Amino acid sequence: MNALIFLILFPLFISLLALFLPRALPGRKVIGTIANAVLCAVPIYLLFATLDQGPSYFRLESGLINIGMLVLEVLIAAYIIYLSVRAKRYLPVILVVVQLVTMLGFEFSYGHSIQVEHSMFLDKFSIIMALIVGIIGSAICLYGFGYMPEYHEHHPEVKDRRNYFAFLMYLFLSAMFGIIFSNNLMWLFFFWEVTTLCSFLLIGYRDDKASRDSAFRALNMNLIGGVVFAFGIVILFVSSRTMELDKLLLLDQGVVLLPAVCFAFAGLAKSAQFPFSSWLTGAMVAPTPVSALLHSSTMVKAGVYLILRVSPVMENTVAAQMLTLIGGVSFLVTALIAISQSNAKKVLAYSTISNLGLIVACAGVNTDAAVWSALLLIIFHAVAKSLLFLCVGIIEYKLGSRDIEDMDFLIMRLPKLTAVMMIGMAGMFLAPFGMIISKFVTLKAFINTNPVMAIILAYGSAATIFFWTKWMGKIISIRHGETEVREHEVSNWEWTTLGILAVATVAVCIAFPFISFHVIDPYLMQLFNTVPVVDTFNILIVFVIMFGLLIILPLGLFYYAFINKDYKRVGTYLGGGNISNITYEGAMESSQPIQIKNYYLEKYFGEERLFYIGVFVSLTLIFIMFGVTAI
Amino acid sequence: MNTIQEMFQVWSMLERMLAFVLLAPLLGGLIAGIDRRVSARFQGRYGPPVLQPFYDVLKLFRKERIIVNRFQNFTMVLFLIFTIFSGALFFAGADLLLTIFSLALAGTFFVLGGFCVGSPYSHLGAEREIIQQVAYEPMVILMAVGMYQVTGSFKVSVIAQYQSPLILYLPGVFAGFLYILTIKFRKSPFDLSMSHHAHQEIVRGMTTEFSGPTLALIEIAHWYENVMLLGMVYLFFAFNPWLGIGIALLTYLFEIFIDMNYARFKWQLTFGSSWLFTAVAGVSNIIVLGLMKI
Repeated sequence: MNALIFLILFPLFISLLALFLPRALPGRKVIGTIANAVLCAVPIYLLFATLDQGPSYFRLESGLINIGMLVLEVLIAAYIIYLSVRAKRYLPVILVVVQLVTMLGFEFSYGHSIQVEHSMFLDKFSIIMALIVGIIGSAICLYGFGYMPEYHEHHPEVKDRRNYFAFLMYLFLSAMFGIIFSNNLMWLFFFWEVTTLCSFLLIGYRDDKASRDSAFRALNMNLIGGVVFAFGIVILFVSSRTMELDKLLLLDQGVVLLPAVCFAFAGLAKSAQFPFSSWLTGAMVAPTPVSALLHSSTMVKAGVYLILRVSPVMENTVAAQMLTLIGGVSFLVTALIAISQSNAKKVLAYSTISNLGLIVACAGVNTDAAVWSALLLIIFHAVAKSLLFLCVGIIEYKLGSRDIEDMDFLIMRLPKLTAVMMIGMAGMFLAPFGMIISKFVTLKAFINTNPVMAIILAYGSAATIFFWTKWMGKIISIRHGETEVREHEVSNWEWTTLGILAVATVAVCIAFPFISFHVIDPYLMQLFNTVPVVDTFNILIVFVIMFGLLIILPLGLFYYAFINKDYKRVGTYLGGGNISNITYEGAMESSQPIQIKNYYLEKYFGEERLFYIGVFVSLTLIFIMFGVTAI
Repeated sequence: MNTIQEMFQVWSMLERMLAFVLLAPLLGGLIAGIDRRVSARFQGRYGPPVLQPFYDVLKLFRKERIIVNRFQNFTMVLFLIFTIFSGALFFAGADLLLTIFSLALAGTFFVLGGFCVGSPYSHLGAEREIIQQVAYEPMVILMAVGMYQVTGSFKVSVIAQYQSPLILYLPGVFAGFLYILTIKFRKSPFDLSMSHHAHQEIVRGMTTEFSGPTLALIEIAHWYENVMLLGMVYLFFAFNPWLGIGIALLTYLFEIFIDMNYARFKWQLTFGSSWLFTAVAGVSNIIVLGLMKI
């Protein structure tokens, strides 16, 4: 139990340290590095220390803590109200007041009768999440050391509040650990609201109009989720006198279904599923480490975490089917929209929503195979997506643009970075990497339960191939003579993080049988008493492909770069009128440069066209979900 | 009559893989030769000898190695390797989905080759190649889904030995598969990214910057792929092996017929019609099967 409390309090301590230590202090970065190493090490220790153990529950004398949390909750609410009134935005004020009144009213009328046996717990799912938050979260913070100075160089108009930034980042991690270790729903709710606040403040870091708009949008949507979460807690306690996550699963479905649906709704808002997707795409105004953090290890993962926790309650209900469909719609529609986007961060954002949609759909299906692949999706997505965000963050400053159309010949300008990025992209959609392994199992799970979802998956996968492949093609195109290498300008902090994450992307794929056997299967045994049978022959083939690639790629590149001399190099074909490699002779002896652009098919997959379809369809599904549950 | 199935059972997995690796290019080349002959007859020409594709490939191997950048040929080598690998998996009786994903990996290398040379013609071809991939991908996955729904397994070995005729359960899926097969065979009206027909383009799309031995590799990969695709057609009729082989060959003739009778579509029509046809024929079939099971 000490490790759990340590993981919650340690990042909190670091965040306070970051806030109050003077920036000029020479040892600041060293302290940060050590802190990050500790944050990585403790979850790994937890993994191995509890390798063969079942879930463990911990009792914690909670009277004082509860009061402390309540006070903090009131303070947070007051702070949000203050900020909102100052910005003349009143929707958050209303939401916060409703939420606060609900929670305070609940506390005063029922507070004395709440009996919580186990406030904290640790099972395999929490460990997976802890590893993600610990390793990826701290890797992103490490990247921030190199990134933030450059950020302020590029944006002199932004007030330099680096201490405050680091404070929020570590506070975020602390709250995430709180969410994944809390068994007491009141605690979970408290940490939940802290992440809402952190994301709001981080998105608004630039403090200009665009980022204020995005920050308030994120705040509104997450507060709506938070209000419904609070209602869920009240309903749950009034109907069943339970305040614990593990007990929730043991109760009669009729009693706890409505609270579970409320929690799932809060999860949908947090994981940016339709109809709440717009806050995540808006969040890209923030500095890159924030996007990376929101998209990979925190925030959205907290959403799917909660949904996966409560989905067993919803088994075999219409509500679960609706949840599956909401996930399916989010998956398909955002994958299609991603085709039409040329802003790199937006493509990544839509791809995140898409993958989370798949996880939500798996949670709705809720069979052993579906949950198995949902957990793997969480892992693979976290690693690869954070890597991609961090790469785009670097590219943005080296090329002065985050538009994919400006990333021509990236492999000539930032060769190592491009290689890292290719690993990340391959990890997102190509065999033999992780995502495809989980999609494979997901497809089987869908066919057995809901063929419509299999169809959605078929179309969505095709769309996924589209936007990744054309982006990959863009960055690896080569033009002879374009050799302005800018790679040396990337700081070592950033390289270290990219290295860790790139290795992790490959490593989780190689280690996935281990992860599956030691971590996911025990969790599934605890839930379903069965584990999905994954064909060993298939795994073998996946490994053949993987090791084949790992051997062939370096050897081949080496051969073509250094050994193969038997060729004649010519310029590209430009209709026979080449002047040079990049210009050709047009009409009237004019010299015409060539320009190569990608297809975006705006007419078919335009954002404004598809986005509202997604919003309206999912709103309808949400109403049905609540409607059938309430009746 | 069941000699093919017996042969399939007697041979070990490795033997079947090896047989594919060795025999598929011969068969694929032969089919390509017959294709050219038949196409010529459709057009009122005499046509080249049946073995002409082999002569072409051998000649290509002796040509000078002309390149735009040093790494372009590597992508095509990878394309060939993974196409062969997917085909070998298929004929070994492995998982159909895995075969499809592995084939998609091969396709990605192919497209990346087109992109990496940085030439406008090649780039356009590569973009179109992706559109083609996206156009056929849903239907290919749905074919696997449909076969799983009927036989309860993704294993090609299980599907191939399923006793009742799959085609009776999957007529829509088969129709949808036939539709996208035209794309996979690179036949008109869907030969957008590159074409075998001289009358449709002088600059050869995707493969503009690939010449000599590398072009030969692309051609060989295409043969492997064709044999594998005909194998997929066979699966629908696997209850009777001779019928299966007959239909597979008929399918190819049918594709030649389509090829001869259509001018090239625009990519909008190719893409839209493929997804629509998949939705109408494939999806409805899958849903009916899903409802039947419940």
